[in-house]
Amino acid sequence: MKITEELIDHIAHLARLEFKGEDKVSIQKDMERMIEFVDKLSEIDTENVEPLIFMSEEVNRLREDEPKVTVTHEEALRNAPKKDSDYFRIPKVLDK
Amino acid sequence: MEASIRDKYEVVIGLEVHAQMLTKTKAYSNDVNEYGSAPNSNISVVTLGHPGTLPVMNKKTIEFAIKLGLACDAHIAPAQHFARKNYFYPDLPKGYQITQDTTPICTGGSIVIRTDDGTEKSIGLTRIHMEEDAGKSIHDVDVYDTLVDLNRAGTPLLEIVSEPDMRSSMEAYHYLTEVRKLVRYLDICDGNMEEGSLRCDANVSVRLVGVSEFGTKVEVKNMNSIRNVQRAIEFEILRQIEVLEAGGTLSQETRAFDALKGITISMRSKEAANDYRYFPEPDLPPITITKEQIETVAQEMPALPRALFQRYTKEYGLSEYDAYNITDNKGIALYYESILAHTKNYKSAANWLMGDIKSYLNEYGIEMDKFPLKPLVIAELIHLVEEGKVSSSVASQNIFPALFSTQESPLQVAERLNLIQNSDEDALKGFILKVFELNPDEVARYRGGEKQLTGFFMGQLMKVSQGKADPKLANGLLRQLLDA
Repeated sequence: MKITEELIDHIAHLARLEFKGEDKVSIQKDMERMIEFVDKLSEIDTENVEPLIFMSEEVNRLREDEPKVTVTHEEALRNAPKKDSDYFRIPKVLDK
Repeated sequence: MEASIRDKYEVVIGLEVHAQMLTKTKAYSNDVNEYGSAPNSNISVVTLGHPGTLPVMNKKTIEFAIKLGLACDAHIAPAQHFARKNYFYPDLPKGYQITQDTTPICTGGSIVIRTDDGTEKSIGLTRIHMEEDAGKSIHDVDVYDTLVDLNRAGTPLLEIVSEPDMRSSMEAYHYLTEVRKLVRYLDICDGNMEEGSLRCDANVSVRLVGVSEFGTKVEVKNMNSIRNVQRAIEFEILRQIEVLEAGGTLSQETRAFDALKGITISMRSKEAANDYRYFPEPDLPPITITKEQIETVAQEMPALPRALFQRYTKEYGLSEYDAYNITDNKGIALYYESILAHTKNYKSAANWLMGDIKSYLNEYGIEMDKFPLKPLVIAELIHLVEEGKVSSSVASQNIFPALFSTQESPLQVAERLNLIQNSDEDALKGFILKVFELNPDEVARYRGGEKQLTGFFMGQLMKVSQGKADPKLANGLLRQLLDA
């Protein structure tokens, strides 16, 4: 699979990352190597093989609908880089 | 727009409705699910998206989804799993929404609406699936920052996707009304569009009549009432027709409704199409649903509005109008059912409900569940009238209002206020003779041929008897004595 510059741009955008100049060339090469490595798998014929989604046989791991306070308001905000007494604060994401 | 232009086009509408579930906890964690709490107080490490934390599915959500599926006659999937829908947004701390992609819990089924002309139309459902809500971003309070409240993050949602079966904004209005009625009857969502516990996105397109391909679809968002959904769609239909009539082309886009101006505004075009990279959610084991499980839920299902409507019109002989108004509100329907536990006078119970009781609710601005009188009391009122002890106007005007300030039964009130109707013939005769004595001229005129004076005598009789004369009996006796 060919990793084009457009594909790098698209994936970078989805991950909110930015690659320029040499960095972009280098990530492009890395990606190509990774894809090539994983592509090895497609040599196996998987016709008529159900996709394996889960590694265990477990089903219906459910919980009762009973509330519990596990994290307080203060604890929730403690690690936030920016906050006030009520909210997480983040750079404006919408121009009004 | 001239009807001749508008009529050239057929409108195609499909709705996506998100209903917040009335569970006590979130979808995948046990923090409280509640509207209106202090910001960032209903949270957990799962809701906050902390690394290494694992979601655990709420049993109740599955039960609610099965209920709705059964109510819509949908197919309920015996096996299913969840998927991650990936996107970056600050109110989605995990960076993905846990939803259902390839295996929705319900597929097919339909919701039956009553169109404006009273006929029924079935609107097909594509699917109903379980997912979670995002948190809330507040953009307009602070100049520099966006504020994030994660109380809502992880709230269980059912997304109900309709087929593009609606052909007018009014049909969309009726559909949404039915959806809201259903979730309220099932007690799975409070259906409050103003608070956002029920939300609706509309996919609207138009095409020339007779064309089979769909026109370019526009998604309309941001409507906070059923009426606004109808208004937004109506605006969008006209806008699209105008663009096409002017020779223009429509672009596939998302538009927001501005309720003040009554217009839709482009939010973002789909040129940088979202790439959600769905893949199976490895952290939640798959769900299986057995026939027995569905059967258990089915047995706990309440009567649904459409079934009640059928019963009221077909078995109880109510008018469609009354039946619709009673079943329109779950509280009223339940109250009606409770009255009927004590009386079989269906019509009378409906009249009380739609008349005096509804006026009382309107006057005090309260819902049915806050109405102070017990259904039994209304049934007793109905009995009093049936037995001829009081007339229906005395029951409505004198007894009903007095019941709110007493613990007495309607009969006790009637006795205390001396309102029991006199059906005793001798007493009645006495009253009639008294009327004759007071109005000799009218008696002479009646006997001279002015038969229309009967009404006058009845009025006088009611006055003399203080409304206690049984009208039927009095009428006969009055004529008998006059004609003698």
